[in-house]
Amino acid sequence: MEIINYQNFRIEAENICVDYNGKVALYDANLRLKPGQICGLVGMNGAGKTTFFNALTGFVNISKGKIRINGESVRSAQKDQTIAYVPQNEGIDSQFPISVWDVVMMGRYGSMNIFRCPRESDVQAVKDAIERVDLTDHLSTPIGNLSGGQRKRTFLARAIAQRASILLLDEPFSGVDIRTEKLISELFIQFKNEGKTILLSTHDMIHVREFCDLVLLINKTVVAYGETSEVFTPENITTTFGGISPDSLFGPES
Amino acid sequence: MELCSFLTLDSFIKDPLTHDFMRKALLMSSLVAAVCGFLSSYLTLKGWALMGDAVSHSVMPGVVVAYALGIPFSLGAFIFGVGSVALIGFIKQKSRVKEDTVIGLVFTGFFALGIVLVSKIKSNIDLHSILFGSPLGISLSDVKQTIFISLLVVILLSIFRKDLMLYCFDPRHAKTVGINVFFLHYLLLTCLSLAAVVGLQSVGIILVVAMLITPGATAYLLTDKFDNMTVISVLSAIISSLIGIYVSFWFDLETGGSIVLAQTFIFLFAFLFAPRYGIFKLKKLFDGYK
Repeated sequence: MEIINYQNFRIEAENICVDYNGKVALYDANLRLKPGQICGLVGMNGAGKTTFFNALTGFVNISKGKIRINGESVRSAQKDQTIAYVPQNEGIDSQFPISVWDVVMMGRYGSMNIFRCPRESDVQAVKDAIERVDLTDHLSTPIGNLSGGQRKRTFLARAIAQRASILLLDEPFSGVDIRTEKLISELFIQFKNEGKTILLSTHDMIHVREFCDLVLLINKTVVAYGETSEVFTPENITTTFGGISPDSLFGPES
Repeated sequence: MELCSFLTLDSFIKDPLTHDFMRKALLMSSLVAAVCGFLSSYLTLKGWALMGDAVSHSVMPGVVVAYALGIPFSLGAFIFGVGSVALIGFIKQKSRVKEDTVIGLVFTGFFALGIVLVSKIKSNIDLHSILFGSPLGISLSDVKQTIFISLLVVILLSIFRKDLMLYCFDPRHAKTVGINVFFLHYLLLTCLSLAAVVGLQSVGIILVVAMLITPGATAYLLTDKFDNMTVISVLSAIISSLIGIYVSFWFDLETGGSIVLAQTFIFLFAFLFAPRYGIFKLKKLFDGYK
């Protein structure tokens, strides 16, 4: 086995376990990702995908194991704005009275002073990010008046404005229009070239084959992990989904 | 306080101001309303209406114990308010009972304890003024306490305005970028307890939750901008307080109830006629005429 140099990995999760009041949500999970890699996280609802994300962002504490982000602790990754989390559309209150501009500005909060007063550089970062997701015409639109795709792009812009080197995306393609899907896939290629690392959860098997260099199949623990071409086999998928054949998985949410 | 047949709007407003207790009541209630209105935006967006109800009822034994011991009643109320939340969290975590059940169970327990204590201690505690508020009979030491607590809450909310908004909107992002979510959670709870303490002087323990949720709910129907929501919430709370006190003065009605009723009417007005989110969607109507 090769000697691991932590500096080479953006994400390094070793035997991590998470439980909620004694109920195990994830155990003995491992993941290593390098700069420029895109990894698909595939599993059933309740298989621990969101828990995995929560552990990486530090939103829940792990009960066992070790997580290194760019060779450092999760805590210092938080301080350095290293990880950006793009929630699924259902995970946010779309009726919250807040505009596109304000949401994207939240990407800068972590590096502002305590009153969160935007500096010139913050304003510029927000402008650039909104331009990259093609929402410049909607700067002051309340998020409740956006389409699902536009809302998704708003949160992508927040991640861009944050200048994170790791992006965690929860179901980035669910409930979006063709235009947004195209824009997201273009952004993925740009992120890859910029050396960002992407971990995305998805139900859509086609997207995994299309975008992901690597795939992580989980069902409370890692079922299989590796190059998509090698690991993303019907047998592994069947195991991941508890014996259900892959053919029945191409429909709506399982 | 006979209602004169030749009463004009001018004397309707000015006559009560000749009384010292009325000036004090109007000022204090406006201040309390402003504080509760400010907090109200956060509570309604966070979905903490039931939590507000719980905390405001749970302060009851604290008030009674504080009166009996001769310590500032706000201190006792604060301890029991935060204590109730801690107990709710503990029971929820250690049992399989659902959260709303635990909340209902804990706050009624605290409230009952307060009532039993009042009957046992039998000092000069006025149960009626605790339950229904007494803005007209507010004492000087109460005035000082109210001003101090109100300023404290306003300062805290002002400093952490944006962080609290982020916490209500997307706590996961807040945590991811290194913002202390644990601190914000307890900051909001602390402000809630303190606001409940000052609010109960105006409208009493039973109705104080209205001060904490109705202005925010009204504002939520009227705007899509968070800052505007806060301003509208504060203004509607202050206006309701003034209307409530004037109406209770002239028509000899319970003051706390009048204030809350005024808030409810303003909410109903917004519910029916809010430009975008009202039943009659006035904006569409006007746009149609253009």
